Amino acid sequence: MEIIKYSEEHKMFRESVRKYLEKEVVPHIEEWEEAGITPKSAWKKLGDQGFLCMGVPEEYGGLGADFLYSVIMTEELSRTNHSGLCAALHSDVVVPYITSFGSEDLKKKYLPGCVSGDIIAAVAMTEPNTGSDLASIKTTAVEDGDDVIINGQKTFISNGINCGICIVAARDPNIENSYNAIDLYVVEEGTPGFEKGKQIEKIGWHSQDTAELYFTDCRIPVANRLGAKGSGFLHLMSKLQQERLMVAIGAVASAEYMLEITIDYCKERTVFGKPISKFQHSQFEIVEMATEIKLGRAFLDKLIMEHMGGENVVVEVSMAKYWTTEMANRVADRCLQLYGGYGYCEEYPIARAWRDIRVTRIFAGTNEIMRQIAARFMGL
Amino acid sequence: MEIIRYSEEHRIFRESVKKYLEKEVIPYVEEWEEAGIVPRSAWKKLGDQGFLCMGVPEEYGGLGADFLYSVIMTEEMMRTNHGGFCTFLHSDIVVPYITAYGSEELKKKYLPGCISGDIITAVAMTEPNTGSDLAAIKTTAVEDGNDVIVNGQKTFISNGINCGLCIVAVKDPKIDNPYAAMDLYLVEEGTPGFEKGKKIPKVGLHSQDTAELYFTDCRIPITNRLGEKGSGFVHLMEKLQQERLMCAIAAVAMAEYMLEITIDYCKERTVFGKPISKFQHSQFEIVEMATEIKLGRTFLDKLIMDHMEGKNVVVEVSMAKYWTSEMANRVADRCLQLYGGYGYCEEYPIARAWRDIRVMRIFAGSNEVMKGIAAKFMGL
Repeated sequence: MEIIKYSEEHKMFRESVRKYLEKEVVPHIEEWEEAGITPKSAWKKLGDQGFLCMGVPEEYGGLGADFLYSVIMTEELSRTNHSGLCAALHSDVVVPYITSFGSEDLKKKYLPGCVSGDIIAAVAMTEPNTGSDLASIKTTAVEDGDDVIINGQKTFISNGINCGICIVAARDPNIENSYNAIDLYVVEEGTPGFEKGKQIEKIGWHSQDTAELYFTDCRIPVANRLGAKGSGFLHLMSKLQQERLMVAIGAVASAEYMLEITIDYCKERTVFGKPISKFQHSQFEIVEMATEIKLGRAFLDKLIMEHMGGENVVVEVSMAKYWTTEMANRVADRCLQLYGGYGYCEEYPIARAWRDIRVTRIFAGTNEIMRQIAARFMGL
Repeated sequence: MEIIRYSEEHRIFRESVKKYLEKEVIPYVEEWEEAGIVPRSAWKKLGDQGFLCMGVPEEYGGLGADFLYSVIMTEEMMRTNHGGFCTFLHSDIVVPYITAYGSEELKKKYLPGCISGDIITAVAMTEPNTGSDLAAIKTTAVEDGNDVIVNGQKTFISNGINCGLCIVAVKDPKIDNPYAAMDLYLVEEGTPGFEKGKKIPKVGLHSQDTAELYFTDCRIPITNRLGEKGSGFVHLMEKLQQERLMCAIAAVAMAEYMLEITIDYCKERTVFGKPISKFQHSQFEIVEMATEIKLGRTFLDKLIMDHMEGKNVVVEVSMAKYWTSEMANRVADRCLQLYGGYGYCEEYPIARAWRDIRVMRIFAGSNEVMKGIAAKFMGL
């Protein structure tokens, strides 16, 4: 049985995405990794193809496509083995905040640019001293007539340098209850008082422009708030399920990619007179990885269907995020080992895959937080 | 989404099995464990209920029920937390050899008794020096007119003492090719030259009458052969998929049972002034086990559907057998730890579950053999 029944259109879409990425993305990755950033022009090209924000309704320039198009896009991008062109973050994590909670004016103003790739989006929640404990963010938003004045600092912001708009989580200092105090505001690049800080040097994700963001008396219209006053925390909670699901989708796709290239390598490379793949230990390693990947794939596909069906799967998504990322980390490490010394060399793709996968256990809520959420909703 | 769509009839059946086992099995488990065997009368009672060999066609006295009834029966039996009453071995592993390969006469002669519980069956493949390398068995069958004379020794035979009928794997010593030399014969209890040896003391599965079997010039009619001469190896290969799938079904059901009772225990038992379930470490342990169980459950349910659709899932079944049994072993050990000292005491059910689950990684083809099979069929 197939858990996800992809239509003929979905399959054709996957083929065309794959071809596009092979031609327009894969050849440039080394350059982007060196540069530490993916050029905005690459985003624009992707938008020209209609590959960004496909779920946005047609009235705002999107295709109104179902979630499976996002799944396909994310899987195929994962297989390009780099992180810079983080389309899932833009299309399926950040922009949905605008689509779901933005006013008509905001949607008309920003969505067409997000779809076309003229605007790259980021979301700024984390602060130097606040990660998963969102309620304790310090960045403030104080109303001043028709404006809001934002002050504070954000960090670890993916697409931080490239972003044309940023959704910023900030609190009203006059409200004590943290859950009622938080709001989300759309801040445009170039707004006085909004400064992009230095790009953060990381172990991996070299082509991803992760950055610090500074807000100093940054004045924006109050109309840039997403939704009713005090709704920010709820909005974040309601969208985190999809964010974490996207991470799981990326993790399983990466694991599948890593194992595929490793099997190919093991069949070609000989040692002691026979291919690595003919040694029993290597075979068991490969079988064990393949098994874990298939387990993750079945669980994930079922979860995708449930997510599309609007089911409450907060426990399962938390489980999937932690388990698939840890599985992908195990796969990366075991694959690198099968490559031997070559696996440690930049010439071989497993090297980058190995260092890039590590952060998936940390972002979008650490895996420890995932366990905590699952425990709470399991009634422990 | 539900991967397996159980009908209302399936659900009613599950309820009635559950009730029956609570009343007629669970109260006797301690006694059977002490005795090292389950009395034949218990099998007969189960047959009276119509709970044995439900898949046998109606013309032979069965119900012609679909495979999901076997799944339900096995899952519920596992939740009784003992290994003696191994109905799935009888109903879903041994008897299907007769149903699938037996002559019309053999089917008419034996199947009604298998269904009623008057005949308990066993299958004898393993020998003191031959486990998963089936082709190397030494037990011989030599034709002599209308008879066949069987000589050899079998071991680790589940239901070995109780069996009224045993399917014995033998080889024709005149045929060199071990695959073509093998046949399966039905041997009745009481046939001269067929002796049941001693019951084997084991680490666990205490109520299971695992035994050695001896064949010394044991003369049986040649018509007791299942299928064409030389077809034994192929028959075994064909039926091993379901045998291993049954193991995976049992392993996942056991893991679910163990976690359920452990969660209950952790919520009740207090230490340092609060329930064990309120400690973060315990919560993470439970969440991790629940995650692995859900992964196994999803993968397994999909596999059950694939198996029922007649798909070739030899790779996936091998993966499922090894992974779910190892997962269930991990779960048993972590659960016992959460019970603390009580978990090591016979009074608590986790103690028996812990020692019983160990053998699942060995029987029905060791987990190492499972990995070898998967590797072969993956083209490594």
